[in-house]
Amino acid sequence: MKGLLGIDVGSTTVKVTVIESETGKILYKSYERHFARVKECVLEELEKVEALFPDASFKTAITGSAGLGLAEKSGVPFVQEVQAAFIAIRKFYPDADVAVELGGEDAKIIFITGGTEQRMNGSCAGGTGAFIDQMATLLDVSVPEMDEFAARAEKVYPIASRCGVFAKSDIQPLINQGAAKADIAASIFHAVVDQTVAGLAQGRKIKGKVLFLGGPLYFLSSLRKAFVDILGLDESHAIFPENAPVFMSLGAALYADALDEGPMSAIIEKISSAHAGNAVATGEPLFADAAEYEAFVERHKRSDLSFADIRSYRGDAYLGIDSGSTTTKMILVTPDDRILYSHYQSNNGQPLDIVVDKLKTLYWLGGDRVNIRAAAVTGYGEELIKAALKVDFGIVETVAHFKAALHFNPKVDFIIDIGGQDIKCFRVKNRAIDSIMLNEACSSGCGSFIQTFAKAMNMDIEPFSRLGLFAKNPVELGSRCTVFMNSAVKQAQKEGASVEDISAGLSSSIVKNAIYKVIRAKTSEELGKHIVVQGGTFMNDAVLRSFEKETGKEVIRPAIAGLMGAYGAALYAKETQSVTTAQSTLLSATELERFSYASRSTNCHGCTSHCNINILTFADGRKYISGNKCERGAGKKPASEGADIYAYKYSRLLSLFDGETAKKTRGRVGLPMQLVMFEQLPLWQGFFETLGFETVVSERSSRELYFKGQHTVASDTACYPAKLMHGHIESLLDQGVDFIFYPCESYNLDEGGSVNHYNCPVVAYYPELLKANNERLNDQNFVMPYIDLNMRRTTVRNLAAALKRFGVKKGEIKRALKVGFKALVDYYVDIRIKGIRILEKARAEKKPIVVLAGRPYHADPEINHGIGKLLTSLGFAVLSEDSILNLTPHVKVNVLNQWTYHSRLYRAAQFAVENRDVNLVQLVSFGCGIDAVTTDELRSILEKNDKLYTQIKIDEINNLGVVKIRLRSMLAAIEEQNAAREREKASNGQFDGTVFAFMDEAAVSKEEA
Amino acid sequence: MKEKKNVPFEPAVDYTDDYPRFTREMKDTHTILIPNMLPWHFKIISFILGGRGYKVELLLNDSRAVIDEGLKHVHNDTCYPALCVIGQYIDALKSGKYDLNRTAVMISQSGGGCRASNYLPLIRKALKAEFPQVPVLSLNFSGLEKDSGLEMDLSLILKLGMGIFYGDVLMSLYNQCKPYEKRVGESDQAREECFAEIEALFAGKAYKAYAKNVKKMLDRFSRIERTSEKKVKVGIVGEIYVKYSPIGNNRLEEFLLAEGSEPVVPALMDFVLYCIVNNINDSKLYGRNKKAGFAYSLVYKYLLHIQRKIIKLFKKEGSFEPPHDFEHLRGYADKVIHQGVKMGEGWLIPAEMAALADSGTENIVCAQPFGCLPNHIVGKGAVRAVKELFPNVNVVPIDYDPSATKVNQENRIKLMLATARENLQK
Repeated sequence: MKGLLGIDVGSTTVKVTVIESETGKILYKSYERHFARVKECVLEELEKVEALFPDASFKTAITGSAGLGLAEKSGVPFVQEVQAAFIAIRKFYPDADVAVELGGEDAKIIFITGGTEQRMNGSCAGGTGAFIDQMATLLDVSVPEMDEFAARAEKVYPIASRCGVFAKSDIQPLINQGAAKADIAASIFHAVVDQTVAGLAQGRKIKGKVLFLGGPLYFLSSLRKAFVDILGLDESHAIFPENAPVFMSLGAALYADALDEGPMSAIIEKISSAHAGNAVATGEPLFADAAEYEAFVERHKRSDLSFADIRSYRGDAYLGIDSGSTTTKMILVTPDDRILYSHYQSNNGQPLDIVVDKLKTLYWLGGDRVNIRAAAVTGYGEELIKAALKVDFGIVETVAHFKAALHFNPKVDFIIDIGGQDIKCFRVKNRAIDSIMLNEACSSGCGSFIQTFAKAMNMDIEPFSRLGLFAKNPVELGSRCTVFMNSAVKQAQKEGASVEDISAGLSSSIVKNAIYKVIRAKTSEELGKHIVVQGGTFMNDAVLRSFEKETGKEVIRPAIAGLMGAYGAALYAKETQSVTTAQSTLLSATELERFSYASRSTNCHGCTSHCNINILTFADGRKYISGNKCERGAGKKPASEGADIYAYKYSRLLSLFDGETAKKTRGRVGLPMQLVMFEQLPLWQGFFETLGFETVVSERSSRELYFKGQHTVASDTACYPAKLMHGHIESLLDQGVDFIFYPCESYNLDEGGSVNHYNCPVVAYYPELLKANNERLNDQNFVMPYIDLNMRRTTVRNLAAALKRFGVKKGEIKRALKVGFKALVDYYVDIRIKGIRILEKARAEKKPIVVLAGRPYHADPEINHGIGKLLTSLGFAVLSEDSILNLTPHVKVNVLNQWTYHSRLYRAAQFAVENRDVNLVQLVSFGCGIDAVTTDELRSILEKNDKLYTQIKIDEINNLGVVKIRLRSMLAAIEEQNAAREREKASNGQFDGTVFAFMDEAAVSKEEA
Repeated sequence: MKEKKNVPFEPAVDYTDDYPRFTREMKDTHTILIPNMLPWHFKIISFILGGRGYKVELLLNDSRAVIDEGLKHVHNDTCYPALCVIGQYIDALKSGKYDLNRTAVMISQSGGGCRASNYLPLIRKALKAEFPQVPVLSLNFSGLEKDSGLEMDLSLILKLGMGIFYGDVLMSLYNQCKPYEKRVGESDQAREECFAEIEALFAGKAYKAYAKNVKKMLDRFSRIERTSEKKVKVGIVGEIYVKYSPIGNNRLEEFLLAEGSEPVVPALMDFVLYCIVNNINDSKLYGRNKKAGFAYSLVYKYLLHIQRKIIKLFKKEGSFEPPHDFEHLRGYADKVIHQGVKMGEGWLIPAEMAALADSGTENIVCAQPFGCLPNHIVGKGAVRAVKELFPNVNVVPIDYDPSATKVNQENRIKLMLATARENLQK
């Protein structure tokens, strides 16, 4: 027999097909997972083929992302996989219009008719099989189970789809809030479809006869359904080929038809002699020998705690609960800090059930002898657990970790905690947290990530990480996001790195990520002298050792490193309760027996945000509401809306379009409320009204509005404000305006004090991108003149040219601009007056004040996700960077200060420096390249002056959980600093804190010298 | 709204840290390190500056340590080029090859609205901790960093301009011969020979006779025996550093050659002209800085004149594709995007894509650092507009990033090449 052999080596699977040359009949197909053993797996499959067709000769081609290296080294011809798919489509489905293929790590789309085009996902892996696997792990179900769940879904939550790490931060709170697994599963598939539409189609409509290819689409019926529903396809237009999983290998086989023929033995020979290269960068082994390892283990044993037996102990005890994002930790201690009971468990998406269960165990073990005097809870599930079980105290996790670390080393000046999902680092000064660094969505590389890899290798995490301890050549994997790490690991495997080397490499990349990316330390000296490391990930000796090697320091790892949050909570409970005689409010053993709850999700109707909220109803009739962004959702009155300038700015701008306008005859002009137009709305509204146009503002931003324009987004790594702009444009077009006005402005207004006054490139030229990527826009309905508002003459000239067809004269434009500028100045004045009012009121009420420093368009609630509200609910008064410009001088900085909006940030920092009761929180949009420059500079200005620096990264992710932790930690740090200042004052009499600030500065400059 | 004069820059609070200046005396004592952006062009520049008494050394270190040092010293979200450049400096300074008290580093600054103008402060920050004595020298034409800049005068500018022209001709001829050479290595040999001659030219005044010199290079390369087979031509456009630098783009040119295609790399002079035109446009569009605008248009006309002469020489020789006439390129810019888009590589990228497609290179790699701001608009964002003009254009945007794997990038380029080969057979 003569056959065509196609081998498709993907990132996770090997597919092999045989087609009979003469008849074109498919004689054989197989689909196997390769667990990174690429070559071995291919050979096994080929041997099977050889056994089936002993006398055949084959024309062979390899395809697939992992097949590339194999083909190069073995000399077997290679065909790029999208090309292979294309060949197979033309053969089997000549009438298809579009093909969508999801693979392990790739997603592809092929437009066949109307201009052939083949696209692959960029370097972000959202929307691929790996993404689905990762999400299933998170839900603690298998992928087929997730598929079944999704079929029963009742609602869909918005989940960020661009990146697995982002999606996690959307999903985790849903799990913690007890949202139904079925709904989450369906939302995940929904997100995959969104990603395909936004990330791959990029403006081109997926229509006509659509072919769906690849393993995930073949095996997951809910995913297929999601595609069909969202794309609005009927049965005759959505084709799911029977051969979908092996489709590329079919293409490779067809491609091979033009190649040379040979017996199978020759191909096997070629592939088995393919040598792995040595291109992998490797580092030093973690331990030179076993003796070095033993000394290391011995040293860390010193940080153990002592235990007491709960079965015989009689007396008081304090309970600490850490309800983390992936694990639940509990610890019960005696008043002299001996451990009676501890527990560490993955919470499997059911944190409350676990705590209830373990608490029952505790009561059973302790009987009447153990009296729980008080309990405290911390972590993501803090509020839920506190409400459900009537826990005495809830504390923010940073404080809990700090308390615990202090116990192990009273001189501690640096704490680093690496948990399952997050990295937290604190610098400690004067026994108070001085600065906090948490990992951001895109630089995470935490504990759960080793777990994911262990799973991919079919191993448990413990044996997997132990393998790394004695690896000879740990692989260098870089230090960035998990998804990138995935491909780095794959590459290392392809190059022949052993599992040991990869395990060690992963440990070291976690550490590097923490030190260089989260802490942003340049040298290890910056970390301090007394370092305490904690968090479950540090229980892994390979990670601990990597950390010590990288920093060159011996650190303390408490034996309860994984339980430090819970331990800190217990210590807090002890400290707080032991000075009173109060009894604990914690549910008693009998109350706990009767405890049960029901969960239900709905939308809040308190305001226009319509947050998805979750309502837990307990057996005793109490309710717990979560998912709400403000107190209104929980049925309370908002704390003090008047203290939030962000809310004021937004409503002030919207009010421009309230009320009746006189009859306008010249036409209707649409103004998109985003990016540069956001702050300039008063200017252009005034301008066009004066000229006799009716002005129409785009709809309010929302996730729905974003989806409306998503299909025209060309670059999905741009910032969320920019991507939202696409929705605003669609909204205006739908409102039937005569034209949309959106100028290109290289330069913003010159506010003085900076070297230049540019807009950022995205803000400056976004109209160009919109026009090039939205089919509905043309020269008639989209007016985008290039203007520089600082230059009157040319502005008038360029506007006149742009509005020529409406018969607008230069003189009119001059006058209208004057009116517009007056409106803009009025707006500036109003927010500054409002700023001063908020400031005065806060001072009268002794409230802490925050300058929430971002861009003007961050006032959009869809972009800031209600952080202003959150801050006021925590008791802060909120100012913005543009509200205090008249209260603060210009600042000269180390970086090139050349953007108007960014220049305001430095002045906001100066305002915080000059006012003790003011702290700065910087809002940064994910993907903002310029803020990579400003953030470090702001931090340095603030830290030079002993102020806290807090940064919040925002994107389309609609989850305030992490933000809340950050802000509460800041609040705790401010309170602690104030208390410390008071103490110093009391003990030093005449000195106030400023002296210490100077002393610190002197110490710093000494060190630098 | 008033026409503002430049308000004197007097900020009230000064947070600037002190940094070492590059003083006049250092010219004699210090070795100046420059990054490897364009291997041949920068070699030419280094000996032109050498002729001015500067000791300049082009850095050739390119191990993984370069990227690692970059990662350690640069903010996560900063663009990849900054990371590569800073990594190269720090790796070199750590190598022990240089006397740290007698070494400086140099970087160019365009002063545009993109973050790239901030490379210099970023380098200063990065060096501060470990190499506080090493001054950073600015190469710019916008008057930035007056106390630490390279001394500019007309004759130096002229020399640099000529150097860039020669570098461009060398790059273009080599790329047009290498894929077709019958005797392996002959193109490399021709490049070496021409390069040695260019070096000799700048020792005296002979560099000025550009017509003669370019003709010589054309002659030398035309003597290379070439096959007449048809190969896929692949244009490279994108962010200026990753477009050219082998460190930045994982040796893209070599990869394309190995894949049996012909890389077509637009001239560096295009970027220079683009920067000049932006200043002229600023004056035309907004009435900014009219005097400078006038001066710039004189320089522009002069350079354009030379470029056109070179094009003529190419055409006369007949077997090589000449550089693209810059005025013509600007014409394309107007068709796909506005020339007001002037940050980063701005309108140059879509203009180059269109010009490449027009001159028969329909396959294009658009190289960009991951998350590059201007490239959202002029790279990925402009592909559609270019496509409308040239429906057959086959563009693949490739992100470069410290952790983006070569496999992933090459796989995408291979897809583009597969389509290209199919189109070639049609």
